[in-house]
Amino acid sequence: MSRQSNRTTDSKKMNSELFTLTYGALVTQLCKDYENDEEVNKQLDKMGYNIGVRLIEDFLARSSIGRCQDFRETADVIAKVAFKMYLGTTPSVSNWSPAGDEFSLILENNPLVDFVELPDNHSTLVYSNLLCGVLRGALEMVQMAVDVRFAQDTLRGDNVTEIRMKFIKRIEENLPAGDE
Amino acid sequence: MADESLFDFLHMEIVSHMYTEQQSSKGEMDNKDRAVCVSVLESMGFRVGQGIIERLTRDSPSFKDELDVMKFVCKDFWTKVFRRQVDNLRTNHQGTYVLQDNKFSFLTQLSSGKQYLDQAPKYLAFSCGVVRGALSNLGMDSVVTAEVSVMPSCKFQVVVQKL
Repeated sequence: MSRQSNRTTDSKKMNSELFTLTYGALVTQLCKDYENDEEVNKQLDKMGYNIGVRLIEDFLARSSIGRCQDFRETADVIAKVAFKMYLGTTPSVSNWSPAGDEFSLILENNPLVDFVELPDNHSTLVYSNLLCGVLRGALEMVQMAVDVRFAQDTLRGDNVTEIRMKFIKRIEENLPAGDE
Repeated sequence: MADESLFDFLHMEIVSHMYTEQQSSKGEMDNKDRAVCVSVLESMGFRVGQGIIERLTRDSPSFKDELDVMKFVCKDFWTKVFRRQVDNLRTNHQGTYVLQDNKFSFLTQLSSGKQYLDQAPKYLAFSCGVVRGALSNLGMDSVVTAEVSVMPSCKFQVVVQKL
């Protein structure tokens, strides 16, 4: 019995290691392909966006969460359900702006950066920028335009990883011209 | 935890990105471009395979012989990476092994038959690299290729290079 449970925890860790290693290989390849960190950051964001617009469907299918009433609920769902489901970690939601349209996700540990160290010549690289793209793409598919960026990053010396999310506007559904 | 689907999405996006990047420099893709994409994906897989096998075999005793290594690859390693075991392992006992997986995890969502057969190699390059990387860190230099005739079943051919 205990042997089996060992294997399950191992397989969970294993899967995240596979993801972490693949992500690392991707970032390394991008750094080789593009000359500067800014360009790599942009590519990671673009790839994240492409993943996010598909991931949202997978998420909604698995979680059967209904429509969120407001941005606060969205924040809770992202932190407690989505992050837990895909990355196995639950960030805390904090630093709400007075208008209630901006908040921070604080991650104690970021599975993407296990075993990772940034070399000195890549100090402006936002290693986990894929996450920003994923969040942006996923929320755009549920009619929310958001701005996502990293405010703090453990790879660059900060204590925690902080993702800042700002609500920009609600996206109106555009019906093609000529539809009734 | 649904990180398997997250990994699938990441893999799909990596393949898509590599091909779009290669294509954007010229209008059409010729065979040389395709070969470049495949080898880039394969080398990414190689690094990942090396890392995974290190973590996986940290505490295991060393292997008796080549066949033992291949059996490990077919069972434990395949389960960790592709979430199932290899269905069939064949060898000529002279360094060539054929691993057959009838429901290969990256192909199941593409089709179940002959549709999109020409797209399949793109999604196999990374995996070939992973297998090659794993074997390399276990002391076996090899050449790994994959062949698909009916999706989602595919055969990986491993030819061990003798010094």
